[in-house]
Amino acid sequence: MSTINPSGWRPTTPSGGSETAEGTFTGNRALMLEEALIFEIGSTDTTGVDFGEAPAGKSRLAGMERSKAIGLPGLSEPETVRHYTRLSRQNYAIDLGLFPLGSCTMKHNPRLNERMARLPGFADIHPLQPVDTVQGALEAIDQLAHWLTTLTGMQAVAMSPKAGAHGELCGVLAIRAALDAKGETARRIMLVPESAHGTNPATAAFAGFAVEDIPATPEGRVDVAALKARLGPDIAGVMITNPNTCGLFEPDLKDISDAVHAAGGYVYCDGANFNAIVGRVRPGDLGVDAMHINLHKTFSTPHGGGGPGSGPVVLSAALAPYAPLPFVEKTADGYRLVEEENAEEHHAGTFGRMTAFHGQMGMFTRALTYILSHGADGLRQVAEDSVLNANYVLRAMEDVLDAPFAKTGPCMHEAIFSDKGLPEGFSTLDIAKGLIDEGYHPMTVYFPLVVHGAMLVEPTETESKAALDQFIGAFRNVATKAKQGEAALKSAPHFAPRRRLDETLAARKPLLAYKDAAPAEAAE
Amino acid sequence: MRYLPLTPADRQAMLGTIGAPSIDDLFVDVPESARLSGPIAGLPMHASELAVERHMTALARKNLAAGEAPFFLGAGAYRHHVPASVDHLIQRGEFLTAYTPYQPEIAQGTLQMMFEFQSQIARLLGCDVANASMYDGSTACWEAISMARRVTKRGKAILSGGLHPHYVSVAKTMARFTGDQLVTGVPTLSPEPDTLDLINAIDADTSCVVVQYPDILGRIEDMSALAEACHAKKALLIAVVTEPVALGAIKAPGEMGADIVVGEGQSLGVGLQFGGPYVGLFACSEKLVRQMPGRLCGETVDASGKRGFVLTLSTREQHIRREKATSNICTSSVLCALAMSVHMTLLGEKGLRQLAELNHVGASAAADRLAEVDGVELVTDRFFNEFTLKLSKEARPAVRQLADKGILAGVSLGRLYPGVEALQNGLVVAVTETTTEEDVETLASALEEVLA
Repeated sequence: MSTINPSGWRPTTPSGGSETAEGTFTGNRALMLEEALIFEIGSTDTTGVDFGEAPAGKSRLAGMERSKAIGLPGLSEPETVRHYTRLSRQNYAIDLGLFPLGSCTMKHNPRLNERMARLPGFADIHPLQPVDTVQGALEAIDQLAHWLTTLTGMQAVAMSPKAGAHGELCGVLAIRAALDAKGETARRIMLVPESAHGTNPATAAFAGFAVEDIPATPEGRVDVAALKARLGPDIAGVMITNPNTCGLFEPDLKDISDAVHAAGGYVYCDGANFNAIVGRVRPGDLGVDAMHINLHKTFSTPHGGGGPGSGPVVLSAALAPYAPLPFVEKTADGYRLVEEENAEEHHAGTFGRMTAFHGQMGMFTRALTYILSHGADGLRQVAEDSVLNANYVLRAMEDVLDAPFAKTGPCMHEAIFSDKGLPEGFSTLDIAKGLIDEGYHPMTVYFPLVVHGAMLVEPTETESKAALDQFIGAFRNVATKAKQGEAALKSAPHFAPRRRLDETLAARKPLLAYKDAAPAEAAE
Repeated sequence: MRYLPLTPADRQAMLGTIGAPSIDDLFVDVPESARLSGPIAGLPMHASELAVERHMTALARKNLAAGEAPFFLGAGAYRHHVPASVDHLIQRGEFLTAYTPYQPEIAQGTLQMMFEFQSQIARLLGCDVANASMYDGSTACWEAISMARRVTKRGKAILSGGLHPHYVSVAKTMARFTGDQLVTGVPTLSPEPDTLDLINAIDADTSCVVVQYPDILGRIEDMSALAEACHAKKALLIAVVTEPVALGAIKAPGEMGADIVVGEGQSLGVGLQFGGPYVGLFACSEKLVRQMPGRLCGETVDASGKRGFVLTLSTREQHIRREKATSNICTSSVLCALAMSVHMTLLGEKGLRQLAELNHVGASAAADRLAEVDGVELVTDRFFNEFTLKLSKEARPAVRQLADKGILAGVSLGRLYPGVEALQNGLVVAVTETTTEEDVETLASALEEVLA
């Protein structure tokens, strides 16, 4: 060691320190950084982009010029990077830790997907380029379509739906179109189990169907007897989630499908939970007519804070003729797009177009990259590991939390718990908020509606055993605190960037945009 | 498999803890007949990162990227330069790999960004409020028509012939199932849009009139008179903007009386991506907000009094209202909204106006140059960065021939309106800051040859 240290520096040892820190000047707490709005730190005269001087030229705006100020604040590039980086640090994310949000399949998002989606040949092509200049894009769509139909054992796939709910709409419209084509206009009721995602009844209503609930059994499955009893000439079909939202496989789905078909209806399967069965079960073998696949769940495209998603819909032979435009077809001289102009010739039964252009290409390339990485063997392993991880959590928690369906057998990719047994005044929400202080995003809460105070935990296959063990430790710790009635839990989280937020205030007095009045006139 | 952390030993240990002899015992609820005994035949097995990269790169190379050719396509998707920091920031794992912000205490980053985005969009479109994004412009347009029906309790929507034909097509598909009546048309190759016809068509059953601005041919028309005519009959005016950069130069639809303004935000921050994912914009007046579809972020306070943001007015939404929701939308397009928001923050008002001017001046000069070509006539006289040319022969085969010369010349109206005889010679040309004078010269001389 050097003996010369003129600076006065010494290795430090914390001393004393029982006192609590006072508030800071900035409101920051070390790495927990506060960040103002761009409207408070930016100015309309600041720009972070350099443009050359626009050459003088003829204006063809003729009186349509925007003379009033717009009120858009700008930041320099360093300020911009800092603003959004600081904001990003107030988010929880899969990259930071296990994200056990049931029915949402928050798995690792491989970065190879991102790199491939950004290849100029995919990222920098226009949707209306002549089709012979985008043959690789159409081929990529066709390859993904082939994987999706093969993995599900279905006849065809509509690639264009923009997200899961849009895919549901696609499937339900295909059912509606099939019924209309047969002149079965009296079939206007869609049966939806109580445990379904809210999008199911919303979609059915949007497509012009009346919705009737089908009850669940005490074992968390669809009440098959009740469902069969309701079948008849007014029933368009049924929307079933499998594995269902209680994290359980519906063992009678084939039986249900046969009965629905015999009664003249169709079976829509919500594929949100396909991750549990990919490579192990083909929904086509269970009599399903339509199922959407959330590429942002099973096939790892990023959730991005709430989209973009992508919801291709696989279709049975009975519904395939009604699939929406456009779609890609392989011909002797390459790939072609079937659109409005050639639909009559190739696809006369189509119910039409659901979106401009061809769907979420940027998600297709990511999903295809993911699928090719895993292959048929790896995808099967995905299902197995996701189910194994969920059952591991289920068995590690069932002595501290009520697990309503644990006695009847294993779960699939997610484990469900209820608030039964929590002391007066303690709720599912308190456990969720307590997990935040433990450094985790909470599980899905209060869904499905058929379980009181539901806590739905989906660890996914991309968690190691060590990661699961640590999560279980934290979850047990919080659940135990709740059961012991520890008062501090009621005000959790204590360590997050914000405490519990006033949602009632937000809804009662909606403040949806920054209100500072913009300057009256723009600089000319 | 590199994305699966469990080791064989872990799996054995975990099965032991669970009390299951094998993994198959966890799939007991699957009927025997539906169980697959091994990997599905005929599909390849797992592959290395390098192998996958080779495969995907080979596919990508089969496409002609916009950046490799003189490029003039628009018609609802525009090529602009996106600053490097935009793509860097949206790839921050905390944005990229976060979920919908249902737990606001640990999602303030996404929520504050949404609030800023909503505020930026409201100002850009000239409205009171905007939502946190829709799937894309075409679905946002249908949602607006649907909303107008809820607000006015009338079922007839009048769509301008200048509305993007894909947007019309989407509305037709949906209306077929919802029972809405749509009045639609196609554009004519003239400088004047169909505003007067629209005004005359409004009646007591009309829920809304939908106009695109600038329209599919690039035309810009003041919509104040149309707004007045709508309001006189208690109908709503819906404006559709597919090129938001234009609003750095021309009046906002909200300023001219549009009640709902929807749009496609792709041209700021998002990139072409062969049509998706894009970002749908949705804005309206404050009094209509409770009929709005989609996610909304609002300001509030936390338990210690600090400002914070939450998703709000969710009683409109499917997860609460189920079949009575305003829309079935769940996922929106938040990451694309982030890209757009970052790009707008980098630009600021000053930069957006400069960008818009560059686009306009460039397009104006290009229009003059191309109109000099024999057999080319400029149809539009008032436009922003996109204009329509009438060629002396059918435009679709001409575009095809030009592609063989390595030029992506624009969108032929034959592609957009295949059956419409009167439009077959129309070519819609977009010019942005990415278009060089040399590109325009190349197109002009190639057109010269093709039309000769």
